Amino acid sequence: MVNDVKRRTVLAGLGASVVAAAVPGSAMALTTAEARSLIDDVVSEITRVINSGGSESRMLTQFERIFDRFANTAIISIRVLGADARSASQAQLRDFTVAFRRYIARKYGRRFREFIGGRIEVDSARAVKSWHEVQTTAHLQGEAPFRIDFLVKEAGGRNLFFDMVIEGISLTKVEREEIGAMLDRRRGNLDQLISDLRSTG
Amino acid sequence: MACVLVVALSLSACGFSKPVDGIQDPNERLNRRIHAENIAFDRFLFRPASKVYGRGIPMPIRRGIGNFAGNLNLPRVVVNNLLQFRIGKALKHTGRFVINTTLGMGGLLDPATPMGVEEDRTNFGETLYVWGFKEGNFMELPLLGPSTDRATVGMIVDLFTNPLVYMVPSPENAIGVFSAGLSKVGDRYEYSSTIDSILYESEDSYAQARSLYLQNRRFELGVEVTDDEVDEIDSLFEDLYGE
Repeated sequence: MVNDVKRRTVLAGLGASVVAAAVPGSAMALTTAEARSLIDDVVSEITRVINSGGSESRMLTQFERIFDRFANTAIISIRVLGADARSASQAQLRDFTVAFRRYIARKYGRRFREFIGGRIEVDSARAVKSWHEVQTTAHLQGEAPFRIDFLVKEAGGRNLFFDMVIEGISLTKVEREEIGAMLDRRRGNLDQLISDLRSTG
Repeated sequence: MACVLVVALSLSACGFSKPVDGIQDPNERLNRRIHAENIAFDRFLFRPASKVYGRGIPMPIRRGIGNFAGNLNLPRVVVNNLLQFRIGKALKHTGRFVINTTLGMGGLLDPATPMGVEEDRTNFGETLYVWGFKEGNFMELPLLGPSTDRATVGMIVDLFTNPLVYMVPSPENAIGVFSAGLSKVGDRYEYSSTIDSILYESEDSYAQARSLYLQNRRFELGVEVTDDEVDEIDSLFEDLYGE
């Protein structure tokens, strides 16, 4: 029994090294350390903005910039649109991505004000399926700490996060519901939705 | 009791579950009607009452009431830990109950948390999950809000799983229900900006509440990401970046 387990471990180890040898170093996906360092940057940028004491509109613009720089807005937009992404034109997808980024920065940026005086700690990073999950804990004043996970994956040579999960609640899934409801209300008119996302808030 | 349980579970159709990732909501029309009534209840009664309570009662007292209610619930948590075969957690929560009941002045204070003996909430809904019962359909309960077949059965059974109910004589044990109710009102005040944004700022508050509830509940239970979701993400990256 013990021998058997050992043999399997050795075989698994061999298999892993063969795979590693077959994949050239440059093509290897990002490492856990890289994923973690990306989220370290995201968290410190967010904290800097929150404690900058700037006006709300200034903060919201800065959040939009952070989102643009660190998040995979292309993937998020397509996932949020769901089946409607397939029937959208390239131009519509591009416009939606920009409008959605603004909408997200405003919707969640407003909530970040509650973080003033609080802090986000990066706890750990691990490989999950084909991506990395970086776990952080938000410590807000007078509230029980809660978990925020960032899902990070290399895309086109850049390391970006493609979802943010608060106590198990995925921003992508929540917004897929919301954007879906918005589209239904506008009888599936994506252009109308884009212009509404641009002007609200 | 086991027999009652089996009957209740088969009635709730827990057995016919689709993959855990999706939302299973065949009674959506009814649920939406109940949701609309819950919104009205919140708008005209619950939310205004929570404002009065939150503004009238100082924060330390509100927190004390929340702690007290949580402490009275701990024996139920221990019972469920045992039913889930989680002996370590049962011991931890027993310790928490002892510490907070004594040092914490009957549970009004929570010295256990800074000592590292914090609470991992659980209930009979989780016990059913541990025992292998499926989630069942989503349902919106009058006044209580989002739930599932499994969680609802759990809630009903949990009316009977707190040993304190049997140990404390009749008029006095109402204090448990009363403090739990006040604690809910306090939570409505404490998290009011989040709850308001879901209920009043969304274009479909029903769908939002359903999604938030199910995702958070599955997270608490430790349900893993499904293969379907992994496939969806992988193929999307493949399409866009062609690995």
